[in-house]
Amino acid sequence: MIPELGHYALVLALALALAQSTVPLIGVRRGDAALMEIARSTAIAQFAFAAVSFAALTASYVMSDFSVENVALNSHSAMPLLYKYTSVWGNHEGSMLLWVLILALFGALFAWFSSNVPLALRASALAAQGWVAAAFYLFILLTSNPFARLPAPPIEGLDLNPILQDIGLAIHPPLLYVGYVGFSMAFSFAVAALLIGRIDAAWARWARPWILTAWIFLTLGIAMGSYWAYYELGWGGWWFWDPVENASLMPWIAGTALLHSALVMEKRGALKVWTILLAILTFSLSLMGAFLVRSGVLTSVHTFATDPTRGVFILLILVVFVGGSLALFAWRAPMLKQGGLFAPISREGALVFNNLFLITACATVFVGTLYPLALEAVTGAKITVGAPFFNLTFGPLIVPVLLAAPFGPLLAWKRGDLLAVSQRLLAAAALAVIALIVTFIVQGRPVLAPLGIACGVFVIAGALTDVAERTGLFRTAPQVALRRAVRLPRSAWGAAFGHLALGVMLIGIIGESQWNTERIVAMKVGDKLALAGYDLSFDGAGQRQGPNYTELFATFTVRRDGKVLGVMEPSKRTFAHRDMSTTEAALKTRGFSQLYLSLGEVEPDGTVAVRAYYKPLVLLIWIGAILMAIGGAFSLSDRRLRVGAPRPAKARAKAALQPAE
Amino acid sequence: MTRKQRRFGLIAGSLAVLGAAVGLILYALTDSIVFFHSPTEVEEKNIKPGTRLRVGGLVSPGTVVKGEKLSVQFEVTDGNKAITVAYTGILPDLFREGQGVVAEGVLEQPGRFYADSVLAKHDENYMPREVADALKKQGYWKDDYDKKPQVPMAGVTGAAQ
Repeated sequence: MIPELGHYALVLALALALAQSTVPLIGVRRGDAALMEIARSTAIAQFAFAAVSFAALTASYVMSDFSVENVALNSHSAMPLLYKYTSVWGNHEGSMLLWVLILALFGALFAWFSSNVPLALRASALAAQGWVAAAFYLFILLTSNPFARLPAPPIEGLDLNPILQDIGLAIHPPLLYVGYVGFSMAFSFAVAALLIGRIDAAWARWARPWILTAWIFLTLGIAMGSYWAYYELGWGGWWFWDPVENASLMPWIAGTALLHSALVMEKRGALKVWTILLAILTFSLSLMGAFLVRSGVLTSVHTFATDPTRGVFILLILVVFVGGSLALFAWRAPMLKQGGLFAPISREGALVFNNLFLITACATVFVGTLYPLALEAVTGAKITVGAPFFNLTFGPLIVPVLLAAPFGPLLAWKRGDLLAVSQRLLAAAALAVIALIVTFIVQGRPVLAPLGIACGVFVIAGALTDVAERTGLFRTAPQVALRRAVRLPRSAWGAAFGHLALGVMLIGIIGESQWNTERIVAMKVGDKLALAGYDLSFDGAGQRQGPNYTELFATFTVRRDGKVLGVMEPSKRTFAHRDMSTTEAALKTRGFSQLYLSLGEVEPDGTVAVRAYYKPLVLLIWIGAILMAIGGAFSLSDRRLRVGAPRPAKARAKAALQPAE
Repeated sequence: MTRKQRRFGLIAGSLAVLGAAVGLILYALTDSIVFFHSPTEVEEKNIKPGTRLRVGGLVSPGTVVKGEKLSVQFEVTDGNKAITVAYTGILPDLFREGQGVVAEGVLEQPGRFYADSVLAKHDENYMPREVADALKKQGYWKDDYDKKPQVPMAGVTGAAQ
């Protein structure tokens, strides 16, 4: 009964989405406020039904109702309760249901918190949101029904893929989806602006909180996925330039560019058309990510299952939405009025520079991700484009963005003085040079590492310089500076944190990639292993029983200069129901660095293959991502965004209904 | 500067960055892509020793030989031809005889491949897609490769007892 209820709720949500996508537009056309207001109630009701549907599937999982095919294929009664919840989205159908749930949530939140947005803009944006939702409801109902029943229910389920039986599954997909799907709001805003044919600086003010929210979650989602891969896959990599990872990175880069260009639009009224295009592109890249991951053109842990009809359907959604919105853009964009003027050397100019390089870098990722697919479709040749390609293309294009980051916030709007800004950054540059020399003396060899560390230090010091300049630190009394710091707009703190985070992340990346030590050895009980100044001794192995697996573990004692620092216990879990095993790495954190141990095969004579890594500064990579998200949260809490734009005057509200000439 | 000059400057700058990106991409594409071949293709295409490539197929049962210091050697077959793969390191969790693998490395001499990474499937149900295609091409594909393998796990559990 519960699954049928869920299925029915999903159909109702589709019906509401269809109403939401048409009625308000008729209202906009006729100038009928009552029809336009329908967008709000349908958006909220649609979310309610999507939530009922999601709750029904969750209930089926928690109760281990194996008569539901989806549950039978992906769950097991002995699985811990947390994983019963998380396995709802640990499969194709369920993850799509989570996708539409979040999509509906964004629509409902916008409907709820948009009293300050002009009626026509709000109605059109919600209608666009309705189209996207309707397309995905149709996709689920027609190709990926999570509520399908089995005629002969099995007594026991097939269990969830063991790699997914981890706390990571509880966190990574929801965060990532909030990010991916959140960009649908940027898309809906852009489409609404094009439909109405009028756009001004206030648009950016209304759209920016939604873009920021999506961006914060996407940042955290990608970082969490990276950390999960790092500790779960057992070979210590945190980014593989895998097409699925790229699929999430591309909307993130485009979204970052969008955040910056929306800033120009909000403050200066310039770059309007570009911002609209970027909003469309960002969500298009999200959709393309969904296509790459969900259609089965790629094989990966993320793809779950392959079914050609699904691929074709998502491709159709992709073509209709990307093609449709770009066509609308081509038709309506020339009608939008051009915005303010600015000199090349100015805050706007710096942000254009940022956009130019970010989008080009994004394009190289796009080529690297899709070229193998295109080549295979055309010539049949199978190739892989891996890390070397991206290091050669993405790397050089992202360095200018990093170097320019400290300059941007210090430059004045409209017309800036590069010389004066450079003088202010002298201290930061001096610190960078010191870092360069120190790193070079300490480790000698490759030039890349000292340069990278220097660049990271420059970015961090540059971000701090910005705060120091704004608060007048070192120039006024500390109390005055403190008072100014408290009064500083939160968005300034946000920018400082975000940029500082880039530097932190870069230092982590350089440390991990340039200085990591790797040892792969076969060890017997009693053997010792020296690794980057630490001594690991293999004390013994044992076996224990988990809820739905048996675990073979090895115990290592970690010493440094004879002093015992602790015990590490890497293990291998064997899941009988799936006939699979997973590697559980053991991590020991030392400052920002980590020791990493994972087990390979165990031979009959008791020899264990061990992978041991010392990863210097590796934690800075994820700390950087968290700092970035904190920066985003600061910006989001800025008064100007929280309160929103002032309610437009009646005259303006009327003008909003008519296309601009 | 007039508006037109500014716009020209902006467009010229954008084109310069895009041009640089295209140059980087073309350079990287000639240098850092790796082709996938089945053992049959490796032989038919007369691939020169020293070439970096990916080879995939099924691990021939009974050919896995373990040596000293984690070195291991096995044959990869697509049902028609086989190639010997040598590897030093830890094999993935899902590496089994008779199952699909993809090895990336360098062709040492015809018929012998030195791998620096070996990938198996992501879970027990699916074959690496390249391998499935290579097997289909040789008419060696059986539908039951898609299904749950019936072979009980040796290795870890056996050794632990």
